[in-house]
Parts: sequence; C-alpha cells; structure tokens
Amino acid sequence: MVMLDDFCAGHHVEISFIHSLEENGLIETVAINQALYITSNDLPKLEQITRLHQDLNINPEGIDAINHLLKHIEEMKQEIAHLRNRISFYEDDER
Amino acid sequence: MEYIDYYKVLGLDKNATQDDIKKAYRKLARKHHPDLNPNDKEAHKKFQQINEANEVLSDPEKRKKYDQYGKDWQQAEQFEQARQSRQRSQHFGGEGFSGHFDEGDFSDFFTSMFGDAGGFRQHQTKFRGEDYQAELQLNLTDVYKTHQQVLKVNDKNIRITIPAGVEDRQKIKIKGFGAPGINGGPHGDLYITFHIINNTEFKRQGNDLHKTVDLELYTAVLGGEMTIDTLDGKIKLIVKPETQNETRVRLKGKGFPVYKKDGEFGDLILTFKIKIPVNLTEKQKELFEQLSKLSS
Repeated sequence: MVMLDDFCAGHHVEISFIHSLEENGLIETVAINQALYITSNDLPKLEQITRLHQDLNINPEGIDAINHLLKHIEEMKQEIAHLRNRISFYEDDER
Repeated sequence: MEYIDYYKVLGLDKNATQDDIKKAYRKLARKHHPDLNPNDKEAHKKFQQINEANEVLSDPEKRKKYDQYGKDWQQAEQFEQARQSRQRSQHFGGEGFSGHFDEGDFSDFFTSMFGDAGGFRQHQTKFRGEDYQAELQLNLTDVYKTHQQVLKVNDKNIRITIPAGVEDRQKIKIKGFGAPGINGGPHGDLYITFHIINNTEFKRQGNDLHKTVDLELYTAVLGGEMTIDTLDGKIKLIVKPETQNETRVRLKGKGFPVYKKDGEFGDLILTFKIKIPVNLTEKQKELFEQLSKLSS
C-alpha cells in the first residue's frame, strides 16, 4: 500500500484531486490510523488517471468516460477475436 | 543525427504564439497519448515527439535558441561546449544537474542542443514502460493439456505456464515483463498472442470438437459397435440400428478442455457419413435386389 501523501508529493498533485476521484467512484482509498492509503492493485490505475489529468487537463468526469470507452474497446477486440475463430470454423468447411 | 522541425511536429509556423503552441500541443497529445492508445508503438513514439517539441517551443529561452540556430544546430552544440568548458574552469567542483531525467526519452538532436538534461523542468511524468507483444505458435494437441514453456523475450528467458484450452488468437498478459518504466514508472507488461495450428482431424468450435465419421452401411442399418479416436485416446461407441446419414451424436465431456477450468471439457460431436458399398459381388447384388423388392 502507498500513503496518499507520498503519492501526492511524488506526482505533484493536490490531495483534493484524489478526493474528487474518490467522489466520482474512480478509486478507493483505505484509512489506517488516520492516514489514507491506496492499495498496490489500484496504484497503476491512479497513476494513469494522474497522467491523463496532468498531460491532457482532463477532469475526473472525462477520465471516467475515457475509462468506459477503453473498456468497451477492449471488450470489442475480444469479441472480434472470438468471431474470427467462429468464422474460420465455417471457412474450413468450404475448403 | 537529424534536424527536427519542432514547428512541423506541432503543425505550426514560426510565428506561432505561446497560446497557439499550447493549443496545438493539447490537441495532438489528446490524440496520441499512450494511455489512450494502449499497445500502439506508433502513438507512443509520436507522443514523445510532441512532448519534445512542446518542451522546446513552450519555453521562451529554449525556443529562442532553437530559432536562432535552427538547421545549424551543430554550431549551437560547439558553442555550448565552449561555454560549458569556460564555466567548468571558473567554477571547479560546482553543482551538477540534480534532477532525475531519462535522456533516452528525447532525441539525439534535443540532447545535443540542450544538453544531457536539457535544463529540464523538474516535474517529469512517470510512465509505465512500453508493453511488449510476442506471438507463439502451437499445435492444437499442445494446448490440450496445461504445460510450461520457456520463451526468449529481449534476450531474457521467461518460463510461462500455458493453460489447457487456449484459443487461437487469444492474448494473455504477463505482468511486469515489458519495457522498463520511464522516469521511475513501473515496467510494462508482456502480451502473448497464441496462434493455434490444427494438427488433428477434429474441428474446434469453442470447447467443442467436431468430427465426421464414416459409417458402414450395414452398421448403420443393423446397429453395432465402433471405435472412435478422441484426443484422449480411443473410445467404444454403440451405433443404434437404422441410423440415418448425417446423424449427429454428442459425446459429453469428450471435447476440448475449458480454459482455466480444471477438469471441465466441451463435447465431441460426431456426424455420421454412411459409406455405400462398392464393387459388389453378384451375390451381394442379388441380396440387395431381394431387399429392394421386399421394401417396395
């Protein structure tokens, strides 16, 4: 787990930014002894969100929309692979 | 080392204002940002170029130097070397660059013109390393059972477990085996795409296997027993009397293993193709004629 204060200092972001992400349901933080942490599993996601925010000036709502679309693209890629496999089954029949 | 036209990279002319530069950078960055184009090497490369152009053109000092020397940047290099050498002799033991910067992120042209670190702003975005893409060709019989295989990726041997039931064109991710991160970011991942060559007489559809089986006319009419080859060995099958041509028989659990579900298998579907006897003897012909008369 990584302490949020350390994350903010290392990535030059305000803690309020992290809170707004949490409010938008983009990340979850864990409170231990009055300090907030982010789990190692969620860290790559938070880093990606931070990059999108800093590099492209995208707000949390926009990041949420992007995440949905990226997930949708990934699902479609998997569906295409599955459909290709099914097509090749019938194409083999014609040969 | 090639001269890079940073204005061209951002699609601007030399009279562009700081606002124009900012707008052009934001627009192109949104299009080519690596997080919006996962596993796209071209986008990653383009984003680095855009970033570099922005670093130079958005900084008035660097822009001035770039504009001043332009294509004659090599003179700037010589000029800088002479200037640095003068400074070294004046401030022996002076402070070095303390920032953390991976110079591999910038072109040789940039490094040559602005020095190793380019007098960079201290804020450097951490990036995950690039994902590696690899392809692995296997026979269908290879993926009938879970097995381990050693792969060589960028001169590194990686031992991976290939679960039974992997599909053709399926992609699996091996976390952390991609390129090292940029500016202290985490390693990328390794993606392996499987190409499965069907080296069997079966056709695979998902977890089910299909096979067309020749059936003797006499067995089809009278019923009987036959031996079928499966990927797991031979099995005995009872054929019902009066089995019609193209009849399908589903053998539960005799198909292909279900991916990552130990002990679960698809079905084996057999389609019977009745073989009409040829080269009949006189006696056989006579008997068929008798049969024909009986049926009409």
